[in-house]
Amino acid sequence: MTAGRRLLVDPIACDGRGLCAEILPELITLDDWGFPIIRDGDVPGQLTAEAREAVRVCPKLALRLERPPKASPRP
Amino acid sequence: MSVAAAAGSQGLWFVSRASGLVLLVLFSAVLVLGVAARTGAAPRQWPRFVSVELHRTLALFLVAFLALHVLTAILDPYVSIGWAATVLPFTSGYRTLAIGLGTLAVDLGGAVLLTSVARRHLGFRAWRAVHWLAYLSWPAAFAHSLTAGNDLGIWWVAVIEWGCAAAVTTAVLARLIAGIRHDTSSGPPAGQPSAAFERVTERERTHR
Amino acid sequence: MRHTTDSRQRHAGPAADQLPRLLPADSGTGPAGLGEHLARYGPLRSAGLSRPQREALIDEVDRSGLAGRGGAGFPAARKLAAVAAGHNPVVVANGTEGEPASCKDKVLLARSPQLVLDGAVLAAEIVGASQAVIVVHHSVREIVDAAAAERTQAGADRVRIRVMTAADRFVAGEASAVVHWIGDGVPTPTRKPPRISERGLGGRPTLVHNVETLAHLALIARYGAPWFRAVGTPAEPGSMLVTILGAVNEPCVCEIAIGTSVQETLSLAGGASAPLQALLLGGYYGSWVDLAAAQALPFSSEGLAVLGAGAGAGLIAALPQDACGLAETARVVRYLADESARQCGPCLFGLDAIAGELQRLAEGSTSDLSLLRRWLGQVDGRGACSHPDGAVGLVRSALDVFKPELGQHAQGWCRATRMANVLPVPPRRQP
Repeated sequence: MTAGRRLLVDPIACDGRGLCAEILPELITLDDWGFPIIRDGDVPGQLTAEAREAVRVCPKLALRLERPPKASPRP
Repeated sequence: MSVAAAAGSQGLWFVSRASGLVLLVLFSAVLVLGVAARTGAAPRQWPRFVSVELHRTLALFLVAFLALHVLTAILDPYVSIGWAATVLPFTSGYRTLAIGLGTLAVDLGGAVLLTSVARRHLGFRAWRAVHWLAYLSWPAAFAHSLTAGNDLGIWWVAVIEWGCAAAVTTAVLARLIAGIRHDTSSGPPAGQPSAAFERVTERERTHR
Repeated sequence: MRHTTDSRQRHAGPAADQLPRLLPADSGTGPAGLGEHLARYGPLRSAGLSRPQREALIDEVDRSGLAGRGGAGFPAARKLAAVAAGHNPVVVANGTEGEPASCKDKVLLARSPQLVLDGAVLAAEIVGASQAVIVVHHSVREIVDAAAAERTQAGADRVRIRVMTAADRFVAGEASAVVHWIGDGVPTPTRKPPRISERGLGGRPTLVHNVETLAHLALIARYGAPWFRAVGTPAEPGSMLVTILGAVNEPCVCEIAIGTSVQETLSLAGGASAPLQALLLGGYYGSWVDLAAAQALPFSSEGLAVLGAGAGAGLIAALPQDACGLAETARVVRYLADESARQCGPCLFGLDAIAGELQRLAEGSTSDLSLLRRWLGQVDGRGACSHPDGAVGLVRSALDVFKPELGQHAQGWCRATRMANVLPVPPRRQP
């Protein structure tokens, strides 16, 4: 049973190295300056392994896979 | 000593030397790949994550060969190195300096490896600070191979040794040049940010 | 027994529908001293609140509908409750006002510093903090220092007040940037999670409120929620400070009831000094609106939503007809790009590229509008703070409101004749 998981990037840590987009082109594209644009929504079940690898391989530890929080606007 | 025992000792000694040479090649490859991953220098069709993954995989192979190298040296009855010398540098009775350099390389490299395994828990800055020790570990390993190894007389061993030295020197120079060039660049570069970006924003980086 | 009942029985305070509430009614220039402040508003005893009293106050603020006056408009009671639930919290009063066109916080601190300090101390008591840090623009530092000293001498506060000068950068006013500035001396936004209300200054739960919000808080505690709601709209109650500048006769900071019409608000600044074409509403993260379309609308986020604008940080900049809206926007966006904290790639590179393209559009050089729109889409929402989002919103509204100019510039001419700039932009700092 795959619970919904989102792939999120920490824009401060991210340096635009681009490894994530190589591993997960289905969900990640690079903008005109080499920084990742991650598709909205949950990671599909069959891509979970690739998503985990992208998280592991990121040289800046900028990616994380997490369950979406309850939708309350942050104070 | 019986012929069998002597032959066994010779065998251990041989495996120790052979694994040492393989280790030098692996370590050099790991370092060059690490620099390639960082500076983005790689063949065009080579996806960037390949350098990183290969860097990791070879480092793990390195650990396996290291175990072999150290065990065969310790177990060899002809020389008395002692278990303590595997972690404490310059405590071996036999050829203190030569063995000590090897132990030093293992200590430094071990710190790099352990922090890399625990990377997510340590955070990026702590991980990176320890990772710099790799640049100290390799010269110690190389000096160890020159002083502890006996085989430089063999022509192809010498080729491998100096080939590794040349490859690593080139990689380190490339890393230094990449670092200096981005230090002096003013403002955001056109095109892919990569290593340059980190340099540009380094000053304003948080300490978290 | 409600804390506020005591104060109200002893001091009538200003009538509910009387404005201004925060600023002094006279046109003097100095700050109101502690004595003058207490004579006008009455005392506010906030030291030593019991837990039921604190909760009752949070309820009162909730009933009042007070929303943050820093631009984001987040419900104040919710922030108070979130931080009150934490352990060993700290309060930050944010008077940074990094927005170069906005002066309301500086004016509020210069004229009514005691009211702001009342609010800061009260907020600290409500959430259980022993310290309140107030971050102010350097131009009002002395005044606030003196006001804090006056309070220390009077000895009524249990909460310790610490005054700090704000960093001189645009993004320095962002909540996490203020906390970062106080803690580490670096005025840049930080990554979220964790939220400031959970882990902020020194790892403690931190309440960051705009100084105007705290001033309103101090009045709600005195006179209650119904009093606060007597002006304003049901959805956005209370009064707010607005900065009115540009082509108006008397640029000023005024206090209005939220929902006052745009036209009436402009008249508080002496009305237009020249025929106007458009207004910039909210701030440099705000939106351009066509004058004719906006004039009759209420100045509130709800009322201006129909034009894709909001009240924001309370800025109204009047653009005369003889100025070029595209050129003004290009200058501001260049400034916003330069003021990036330079931590996130899309902001650092994207805003720079957008500013460049917008400059070409403004000059009438060959430019690529579709490329500009592509970049706007790529930059929006992709930073660690809302700096890129704000800049993108400004550009999008400019492309909408100044569409005729786009056509003219493409053909190589512009009807603007004014040489002087309308929107204030600080000189470019050398890297």
